[in-house]
Order: sequence, then C-alpha cells, then structure tokens
Amino acid sequence: MTNNPNRPKIRLRGVYKSFGTKTVLDGLDLDIEEGESLVVLGGSGSGKSVLLKHIIGLLQPDQGTVEVDGVDLSTLGSRELIDFRRRFGMSFQEGALFDSMTVGQNIGFPLQRSRPRVGAAKIEARVRECLELVGLEGIDDRMPSELSGGMRRRVGFARAIAMEPEILLFDEPTTGLDPVMTAVIDEVINSLNRRLGSTAITITHDLTSAFRIADRVAMLYQGKILAAEDPEAFRQLEDPRIRQFLAGRAEGPLTTEPPAPATP
Amino acid sequence: MAGMLRSVESFLEELGRTAQIFFRVLRWTLRPPYDWEQLLTQMVRVGVQSLPVVLLTAFFTGGVMALQIFTVLARFGAENYVGSIVGLAMVRELAAVLGALMIAGRCGSAMGAEIGAMRVTQQIDALEVLATDPVHYLVVPRVWATTLVLPLLIALADAVGIFGGYVVSVMVMGANPSTYLDLTFRFMELNDITSGLVKAAVFGLLISTIGCAKGFYTDRGAEGVGRSTTAAVVTGSIAVLIFNFFLTKLMF
Repeated sequence: MTNNPNRPKIRLRGVYKSFGTKTVLDGLDLDIEEGESLVVLGGSGSGKSVLLKHIIGLLQPDQGTVEVDGVDLSTLGSRELIDFRRRFGMSFQEGALFDSMTVGQNIGFPLQRSRPRVGAAKIEARVRECLELVGLEGIDDRMPSELSGGMRRRVGFARAIAMEPEILLFDEPTTGLDPVMTAVIDEVINSLNRRLGSTAITITHDLTSAFRIADRVAMLYQGKILAAEDPEAFRQLEDPRIRQFLAGRAEGPLTTEPPAPATP
Repeated sequence: MAGMLRSVESFLEELGRTAQIFFRVLRWTLRPPYDWEQLLTQMVRVGVQSLPVVLLTAFFTGGVMALQIFTVLARFGAENYVGSIVGLAMVRELAAVLGALMIAGRCGSAMGAEIGAMRVTQQIDALEVLATDPVHYLVVPRVWATTLVLPLLIALADAVGIFGGYVVSVMVMGANPSTYLDLTFRFMELNDITSGLVKAAVFGLLISTIGCAKGFYTDRGAEGVGRSTTAAVVTGSIAVLIFNFFLTKLMF
C-alpha cells in the first residue's frame, strides 16, 4: 500500500476546528507511522474524540489537512469517503452496538452490507473468528443489552476488525471499567495490534492503560499536540503540564492557565 | 423582537434540516444495497400494527358524523342524505387526516425516538464508520414504507368509516339500510376516493421524513431524545394539517 517508506500513514497539518466560539483543535500537527500504536492522552473535553473523528473523516477541519497514505480527505466526495472508511475500524466509548441486532449480526453487519455480496457461511465464520480474537467465543446469539460494559466494548472491537482494517481507532476503550477489566481490554488491544499488524490510535485519559498499549504517547492540550514520544521518553519530559497530568495533581498549569491559547 | 428573530431563525433551520434529510433520501433511494427486509419490517410496523388504532378511529368518526348529521338534517327532513355526507366526508377528508394524525402519534414518534436514541448512543456514528450511510440504512426504508403503506391503510379506513356511519344510522337512528347504502355511493366519484389516498401518501411522506429528521439531529442525551420524540409528533401533526389545506385547495 505504501509506496513511499518515509511518508507517515496518517499526517495532520495545521488542523483547526471550532464549534461556535469554542476552539477545539487549534493548528494541530501529528504524524502517525504505519504499524505503530499511538496513544493520545488528554483531559476530559480536550478534543480527543474530535481528533479521532477528523482522522476517519466524520468531521472536516475548518483549516488544515488530514492525509491518509498521502490522500487529502477533503478531496474525497461523500461516496468516496464511505469507501475510504472501509480501511478503518473504530470502536466507540460504550461500544455503540446496534441494540436491535444480536452480537453476531452486529459483527457481521459490515460484511452483510459490503458489495460484492459475502456468503452467509463466510460471514458466520468471520464473526466466529473475530469473537475469538477478542476472547468471547460463543456469544453470537446474545443481545447487546445482556452484556456487561467490558464485553460490549470487546464486541465493539470485534465489529471494528471484521473488515480487516489497516487502521484501528479506539475511543476511550477503558473508561468506566474496573482495573481488572481494563487490563483485559489492554491485552486484547495489544494482541489485536500484534496479530493484525494494523496502525492503531487510542485516545484515553487512563495512564496505566496508555503506557501498556503505546509504542508512542502523545498529549493533546488546548487543541495542539504538546509532545509525542515513546513511552519511556514521555515519562521523562520536563513540560510542567505533562508532569501535572502524569502525576494527577489538582494544582498546576493545566488548572491555572487561562482557557484561551496561552501567550509564552 | 430579538426573540422573534431567534424563533424564525430556528424554524428555518429546522425546515432546512428536514429538507436536507428529504433530499438525502431521494439521492440514496436507488443506490444499492437495497434493503427489502428493512422496507418490509417498517411496512409491517407502520401498516399492520397501526391497523387497530386507525380503523377504530375511522369507525367512531363515521359513527359520530352520522349522529351529528342525522340530527341536523332531520330538522329539514333531509335525513336520507346522511349516507352521502358521511361517505364523502370520510373519503375526501376525515379518514386521511385523522388516520395520519394517529400515525404521527404512533409512528412519527417512534421514528424520532428510535433514531434519536441511536444518535445519542453513537450508533449513527458507528454506521458511518462501518461504511454505511445512516440515511440510506435508517431513513430510506422508513420514509418509503410509510409513504406506500398509508394510502392502503386509509383505503381500509374509508370503508370502516362508512360502515361506522351505516351501523349508527341503521341501528341507532333507524334509517333504511338500502336507501342509506344507495345514497352513500350515488354522489361519490372515483376522484373523491383517489384524492384522499393521494393525500394519505403525502402525509406518510411528511410524518416519516419529519420524524426521522428530528431523531437524526438529536443531541444532549436522554433529554434530547424526549424532545425529538415530542417534536416529531407535534411538527408532524401540524405539517399534516397545513398540507391538508393546500392539497385540498389544489385538488378540488
């Protein structure tokens, strides 16, 4: 797929997005390499989800560009964009499973909708395979409402990988789960990344989880990426805002700085 | 003044959103994959499951019309014509409008709530991510199912309404059965019936498009879903009443 080894898989340049008077992304630059697992940290309401939605083309930047494999998303028409999304798998915070369908139908949904037609037996086999990959064999016939939060998310992962995407996006995969379930989810994410060799972007504010799954950690603050380093280097960073976030202190620059872009 | 401008603005915004959904429905209707199963499911939901409430409404409307008109016409000895008036009123006007209002309450609300709940639980985002246009998957089958099924439903309601008038006139008011039936159909033209059914189709299109649009643009969690559901019924019903006036003016 990649003909230029030096080009990042995903490249964001000067991405600016505001909703009404609220600036959410403020000239954000970020490169994501093929095959890496990047974790984006950030406080609640820091625009992490908005960032993910830009990468998958659910939102368009007011200014700046989002490129995937060198293709600028803003040049794609609405139908091209839909085809383009087949290369992505995304899991949502609470799973976002279709509650009118069984687990099996949820996972098989993208295959059911794809053209040319995929046979029922093939879909069933793929559903079983995906459930196995997330460690949930044999729950095809359950309804989403019968599942626990952790299971719902894993089914969400299974649905996200059903089409064998090149890029996986995880939106707060562990928020609201107990530590044991968090560890299980992290395991699943790691094993998916290993086995599928896909590029993965996870957004979270859960530090333990972040350092368990990341090849590289980035921090989003006031609409910009403060730093993006490998986990060890990230822990050593001197930036007081990152230090406060890592230490989880209530007092510090994150809580005292004015919400408007800070002047140095 | 500012408040008035504000409400004009939000009205136009709503109108624009609904129109946008409508055009997206048109654009996606003929594109594969065709989801016959969804279309059928929705037709059953709107058509079959609404039968009791729509037919009950028609029966009692026919009955009460007969009671009222009988009393009035009796004052100048024209009670033979009760059947004509009840029949014409049902097929031209009452079956379609009252039936559509029941459908707005029963199905428009359900569409607003269901799609709204999918919006706030990110299921609509999930559809888009799974390379499926949410309007194509959710709205197209609902809109066409309602538009196709409503005329059929109203045709039955016409018959049941006339029957309701007959039952009340003959059994309660003591009218002559064969005169009643004869006069019911003597002045009725095919155009009276078809115009009512055309109206029904337009009402179906309005109710479903508005219901789906309200659901589609839901925000702010559970409260938002409640608001969308209410708005689907209220806006749908008002649209039916307003369009009814202009369609009637246009067709007769």
